Amino acid sequence: MKDEKTREAYWRKNLSYLAILLSIWFIVSYLCGIVFVDQLNTIRMGGFKLGFWFAQQGSIYVFIVLIFVYVRLMNKLDKEFNVNED
Amino acid sequence: MDIQTWTYIIVGLSFALYIGIAIWSKAGSTKDFYVAGGGVSPLANGMATAADWMSAASFISMAGLISFMGYDGSVYLMGWTGGYVLLALLLAPYLRKFGKFTVPDFIGDRYYSNTARTVAVVCAIFVSFTYVAGQMRGVGVVFSRFLEVDINTGVIIGMAIVFFYAVLGGMKGITYTQVAQFCVLIFAFMVPAFFISIQMTDTILPQLGFGAKTSDGMYLLDKLDGLHRELGFAEYTSGQKSKLDVFMITAALMIGTAGLPHVIVRFFTVPKVKDARLSAGYALALIAILYTTAPAISAFARTNLIETVSNKAYDSLPAWFGNWEKTGLIQFEDKNQDGLVQYVADAETNELTIDRDIMVLANPEIARLPNWVIALVAAGGLAAALSTAAGLLLVISTSVSHDLLKKQFMPFMSDKKELMFARLASLVAVCVAGYFGINPPGFVASVVALAFGLAAASFFPAIILGIFNKRMNKEGAIAGMVVGLLITIYYIARFRLHWIGDEATATEADWWFGISPEGFGTIGMLINFVVSVVISRFTPAPPEDVQAIVEDIRIPRGAGKAIEH
Repeated sequence: MKDEKTREAYWRKNLSYLAILLSIWFIVSYLCGIVFVDQLNTIRMGGFKLGFWFAQQGSIYVFIVLIFVYVRLMNKLDKEFNVNED
Repeated sequence: MDIQTWTYIIVGLSFALYIGIAIWSKAGSTKDFYVAGGGVSPLANGMATAADWMSAASFISMAGLISFMGYDGSVYLMGWTGGYVLLALLLAPYLRKFGKFTVPDFIGDRYYSNTARTVAVVCAIFVSFTYVAGQMRGVGVVFSRFLEVDINTGVIIGMAIVFFYAVLGGMKGITYTQVAQFCVLIFAFMVPAFFISIQMTDTILPQLGFGAKTSDGMYLLDKLDGLHRELGFAEYTSGQKSKLDVFMITAALMIGTAGLPHVIVRFFTVPKVKDARLSAGYALALIAILYTTAPAISAFARTNLIETVSNKAYDSLPAWFGNWEKTGLIQFEDKNQDGLVQYVADAETNELTIDRDIMVLANPEIARLPNWVIALVAAGGLAAALSTAAGLLLVISTSVSHDLLKKQFMPFMSDKKELMFARLASLVAVCVAGYFGINPPGFVASVVALAFGLAAASFFPAIILGIFNKRMNKEGAIAGMVVGLLITIYYIARFRLHWIGDEATATEADWWFGISPEGFGTIGMLINFVVSVVISRFTPAPPEDVQAIVEDIRIPRGAGKAIEH
């Protein structure tokens, strides 16, 4: 892992994962839960208005999934670029 | 058995457990004391982080707040969980790779400057103290209601317990006690939630019961919206705050969470970078158990409360009403002398005032759950308050003994001596925290906003830029932290605490762009980012060895070695 180029490529890949995951993070909380909450509230899911559900339940579930997806992606990436710990 | 006997038994057992763990995991070195020897498993660390994070406010106050705020309460739910995504993706793995003990350590080394380190220490201590005062108060409230002792006696008992395991065990003692406290608090929070969910909606999981039908065939939330309309309140599921403000507060809480030193420091305790990422995932999953249940409890409690008291004869109200009336947290004034309770939005005719903090504690009583459940809630509230207080006290003592004494005044101090200073510092910190618990400064309620705002406006940009921007230098970082910090303090002092300027011109209408002081940390953070980046472009690049540090923390390999220094 001395090679400047591989290091560079690893970091770029990492940044692209971050960009995708953080966009989802932003969409479920700030867009679904806040900005477009009124529009989503016209859709119902059982007893919930959808926007309200995103703000008080849905976004939190997505957050958890995001972290575990990140853990998996990074563990794979670390191995691929041979920068994993032992 | 009555509530009080049950409370003594359950609280007594849980305290015995914490003390037992503290003795078993006594710290032998500074490394044990600061980062539990760096050998905590990711799951244990996740549980400890969760307990550390879920404070008296999360356990006791949050569901109550949401039940009075409805949709607007979502800022706490998203704000206090979404920060973990930032923490896991942007901070934890890199700081773990960096491998030192504290946040000021990172700031000081990355920005090759003791000035930066000192700014970070001051922020860390200030943020932690504002927080810990609230925890001690929470301990006092639980004791006074359930053990019927004076609030001050309650605070002193709490201080003694925290002192015992934080001072003796340091991070090691705290970590394993927090694992136990997590179990106690989550069990205590969930049991009544299950009971109430079954009672009201015939659904076991409160997360589902929240959206289910009640016994009369109406959806719970529709029914609650209806009750609110009848009484003149705004609909439960729609907000009253402006969208921009909700956006800003949520962002400030999320970013503040990711910048709080007592949370960040937890990720120094796991063995590997891989574990730091995973541990953040566990922590959020465990925290989410409480955070997805809380809004359900809020809706249940709100419905229950309205149905129990609204337009009912005062004389026929259940016993819990009288019990809480005695504490002054519920007040009833029969304005129209009809003997009935009118609970409405209109302040002129409303006859009932309820303190938001009692909702979780009173909820089991309102729902007529068995006495042992009520006692369990008391033990859970104490576990939440004590675990957070201990984590904060550790940050304070570490900041003093490690970041100030060892790094700045006595660099050649032996490990043993440093450990002694760390213990001394936590002793002093416990006493100061206790003092604030007994004599809470008038601004305690608003200081939480301050703590998050400051963490967001100071630490977060400095750490992120330190990792993701190799060109960031000390001039940029220090200028950013100072400007971000000052402007946030100014805004809160001006519009929340009213220490600066004319109070008459500090109304909601005067807020900049309609952003409340709670949400201003987001603006402070943005300003910090801009100032840092601009200044760093006009000043010399950081030295080679610092750029090498940045290169190094970006890849996981080799984290094991980095922990000693």
